[in-house]
Amino acid sequence: MGTTASQLGKDLLSEYQVSAQNAHKRFTELLTKDEKDLPNTRVSMERVLTLPELKSNPFRKRICYVFSTSEQKDGSLTFEDFLDLLSAFSDSATLEIKSHYAFRIFDFDDDGTLDCGDLEKLVNCLTGETDETRLTTEEMRQLINNILEESDIDKDGTVNLSEFQHVISRSPDFVSSFKIVL
Amino acid sequence: MPRDSLITSENDIDIGLEFAGDEDEVSSFQEEHERERHRAKRRDGDREKKKRRKGRRRRASRAGEREDELQARHEKREAGRRKRAKNYQESEGRERDEEEQAQIKTGKTAKTKKNIKNEKTRKVEQEEGEAEERNAKGKKKHGSAKKEEKDEDGGKCAAKEKTQEVKKKKHKRVVETSSEQETSEEDVNEEEDSEEKELRPESLSPEELEKLKEAVDERKKLIQGLRGKPWSMKKKLVTLRESQEFVEKYEGALGKGKGRKLYAYKVMMAKKWMKFQRDFENFKTACIPWEMKIKEIESHFGSSVASYFIFLRWMYGINMILFGLTFGLVMVPEALMGRPYGSIPRKTVPRAEEASAMDFAVLWDFGGYAQYSVLFYGYYNNQRAIGWLKFRMPLSYFLVGVGTVAYSYMVVIRTMARNANESGVGDDNSFNFSWKTFTSWDYLIGNPETADNKFASITTSFKEAILEEQESRKDDNIHLTRFLRVLANFLVLCCLAGSGYLIYFVVRRSQKFALDGLDTHTWWERNEVNMVMSLLGMFCPMLFDVISALENYHPRVALQWQLGRIFALFLGNLYTFIIALMDEINLKREEEKIVKFNITTWEASLYNSTVSENSTGPPITIQPADVPRGPCWETMVGQEFVRLIISDTMTTYITLLIGDFLRAVLVRFLNYCWCWDLEAGFPSYSEFDVSGNVLGLIFNQGMIWMGAFYAPCLPALNVLRLHVSMYLQCWAVMCCNVPQERVFKASGSNNFYMAMLLVILFLSTLPAIYTIVTIPPSFDCGPFSGKKRMFDVIQETLESDFPAWFSKVFSSASNPGLVLPFILLMVLAIYYLQSTSKSYKEANVELKKKLQTQNEENKKKNKRAALKAQMDLEEARKAASQTAEQQKNNNASLQDQEADEEENHSSSQRLYHGKNRRNPPAPVREQGLPATRAPVPRNYHHGNHGAPGYLPGFPRQSEPRMHRVPSLQRH
Repeated sequence: MGTTASQLGKDLLSEYQVSAQNAHKRFTELLTKDEKDLPNTRVSMERVLTLPELKSNPFRKRICYVFSTSEQKDGSLTFEDFLDLLSAFSDSATLEIKSHYAFRIFDFDDDGTLDCGDLEKLVNCLTGETDETRLTTEEMRQLINNILEESDIDKDGTVNLSEFQHVISRSPDFVSSFKIVL
Repeated sequence: MPRDSLITSENDIDIGLEFAGDEDEVSSFQEEHERERHRAKRRDGDREKKKRRKGRRRRASRAGEREDELQARHEKREAGRRKRAKNYQESEGRERDEEEQAQIKTGKTAKTKKNIKNEKTRKVEQEEGEAEERNAKGKKKHGSAKKEEKDEDGGKCAAKEKTQEVKKKKHKRVVETSSEQETSEEDVNEEEDSEEKELRPESLSPEELEKLKEAVDERKKLIQGLRGKPWSMKKKLVTLRESQEFVEKYEGALGKGKGRKLYAYKVMMAKKWMKFQRDFENFKTACIPWEMKIKEIESHFGSSVASYFIFLRWMYGINMILFGLTFGLVMVPEALMGRPYGSIPRKTVPRAEEASAMDFAVLWDFGGYAQYSVLFYGYYNNQRAIGWLKFRMPLSYFLVGVGTVAYSYMVVIRTMARNANESGVGDDNSFNFSWKTFTSWDYLIGNPETADNKFASITTSFKEAILEEQESRKDDNIHLTRFLRVLANFLVLCCLAGSGYLIYFVVRRSQKFALDGLDTHTWWERNEVNMVMSLLGMFCPMLFDVISALENYHPRVALQWQLGRIFALFLGNLYTFIIALMDEINLKREEEKIVKFNITTWEASLYNSTVSENSTGPPITIQPADVPRGPCWETMVGQEFVRLIISDTMTTYITLLIGDFLRAVLVRFLNYCWCWDLEAGFPSYSEFDVSGNVLGLIFNQGMIWMGAFYAPCLPALNVLRLHVSMYLQCWAVMCCNVPQERVFKASGSNNFYMAMLLVILFLSTLPAIYTIVTIPPSFDCGPFSGKKRMFDVIQETLESDFPAWFSKVFSSASNPGLVLPFILLMVLAIYYLQSTSKSYKEANVELKKKLQTQNEENKKKNKRAALKAQMDLEEARKAASQTAEQQKNNNASLQDQEADEEENHSSSQRLYHGKNRRNPPAPVREQGLPATRAPVPRNYHHGNHGAPGYLPGFPRQSEPRMHRVPSLQRH
């Protein structure tokens, strides 16, 4: 029981910038009985997404994929991954960290740039699943054109990490809203 | 596999987590100690050489640990140093020694550069360099073959170690795959390589020391900045451990002799200090009150609602300090050291009020015993110094009054400046769409309902932005809209004027009631003013909301209008209240004159009667309660403000309970037996009104600032109020509010609130300062009684408590001839700062433009370069078949370099030239492809330096050549 935390040790936990006790409690709640006895288990993405903090987030799956170290790319998280997630979303994480992870979350096809497809998916995530909130194709095209016009500095048709960070760093409220609190 | 990773991370901690602290420090200290010991042993002389070697062997047998290597290197270093010392003894001459040193250095630097690129060559070269070094020395000091041998031994050993190290590093590189890290790692490795060699001989030149120091600093920086790196924790730990090892290893080498111990001590202290700071930081975050509550709210309602609570908490902090000031410097000293209650008339309840002084209704109204206590201005005595501490009460009272205001100004302005910094130059609109897409989601939202609202609001904001961008929006009936807007503003103005008049009317009426005496009126008539003000504050905003529906503004604009109107309403109310109060003050002062006259006649009559009755008898003592006294307008003002605050608080709480809680309960439970859906339909649940609440808070604070001078208890009351409302509102929000439909972000409005607070602060200090400066204080109550003006207390203190010269200086400093230029200077400074900030802004825009054009240019350039590179590649391919052979030759020649230097060198040179000849013409190389270098005249090739190992095609830096000049001259 609770072997993960004890193995990690106090010092490591202090490295993580979240209240690790709480995180550990929440994490073990996601595990089933027999999994708890195993020292280092992965929790499948479906069960991670049952956390109320993530349940209503439109990027929940992307967040899991980004922070997962699983080789099967199934978005499952170990406790360490989970802590990484929380520390990236914590108060004390810097703008650089946050914008880096935000970029990876928004980069739906994992190719290192935000192209039109990524942006479209991103906008669709933001406007929700229902039809009445969706943008029309014309609006979508207009919107993506505008975004690229603003932030694609080198005009290669995609937004890369440095451009993204440049845009984000000027935003007044990114740091305060890119947070998840358990 | 996960298990393994876990274990490694565990080890990491054991070995070198920096913040683990003590362990590290101990180990580094031990190392340090060991080093010292070794050095001491060395000094014992030749006799110990064998022993040491034995020791080394023993240590070497301890399965290859890194410490082992380190020690070995240290030993080597010692050896080198000793040798050099002997050189001195043999008196070979200072100059030569220096030369030798320089040579060693050049050899090393040269090697350093090479070795990043080609590990194998590097090893060979090291050995070769070693040999060269030895040769150089050997030439000079032909003595002691034994030593030579030993040196060689050491050299080999070092070389071996280096290969080990190299392997290790390779391994590391394999492990770390991330691109950014690789670059940084490589940098560091490079530096490490150079360090390793530089450390071998003990005599480090200051230059090298500098380098070493730089490297160590680099590592330290890496450790410190590790938190800011977007890597996974495991990677962070690995990097941390490596750099820590490095720092530990070489930190000690930086100091020399005696300085070394001090340095180690300093390093240790720095570590301890950092750990302490870290703990303190954690402690500080743990100490922030209500953090969890606010976080919970934040996760349910988004950041805008939370911003209200953060604002509330901030306000609470400020009020705590104001409370501390007034309580500690005014109320407590007066209560403890001042004259006790009942000793003088101003500290006694008058005879007429004595009967009802303890009634709850009177106390609730802050009359009776509450009025004649430290809570109000009138109670304070004008005694200059009280108690055994000689506490200057009037002065303290005055300074605290001024200090509260000054402190508030400072805090508000500082916070505003910080907020402005945080938001940066955020007001530019250049990333409107990108921000909407990239940063509009509030990740704190954990409630499906809020999320739905957020989806809707994001969609609308997108659509609006697109529409605005298209600018194809046509007002179908611009005249109607204009008419409606004018109408709406007219209606609002009517409302404002009406409410202003209502308050004025009520205040005048209450004055009449007050003249009649309070007992003859009902509760409503007594509390009319406050109730009317609170009710107006409650209903007018709703009215405005209805009116603003006419205007058809964009929601954000509408919100600003709404806020502006409520602000105007509150301000109007407040100022009507103040004007009415001023009227009342004037009335009281009239009354005071009459009372003053009456008192003199009363005293005279008393005196006359006593004299006439019994001229020799003792003067009769009059109970202080019986002495007639003036109306004391200051206490009256204080009372008014306290009542206002109390009623305001009560209305807030009651609205909260009725408007939110009761409504929620009714909607929730009546829904079962109602004919329409209450939850979704008309009454529904209430939303949390951020702007209204913030405005309420701000105005409340304004009243505190205004009234605090006349009622020192006000900050205390406010602290209590804020404390209660924190809990009450947190509870109410969580249990009976629904998330807002228009979920908007908080950060944009933060400074808006602050600006309003600043305006209110200014407006509320105006009347307070006006009364202090212009109206003479009452003659028989308060700390300033008997003075012409309240600020006379300063002059009095200057005259009696400070030496004469001080007051002279003060008075001369305050003459207009000095003050006016000073003000002028300040104005000029402000003007200067403003114009510089403007020019900075312009420069910013310029730079942005430049950046953009440069980016485009770079892009073009890159394309051109890429094309050229392609062509180049083709040519190179052709050349490749021819080169391959010769390359082999080159390698072979490198390997037997030691055997035949001269030849090898010439061959490599030949090779170099040959390749150069075959290469495509110059322009390609100039295009920033550093794969080939310009031909360098190799006129120094006959020297015994470590240079020949250069692979053709690596750029050679000028530094080694510079060092080589003396060696050339020597030959």
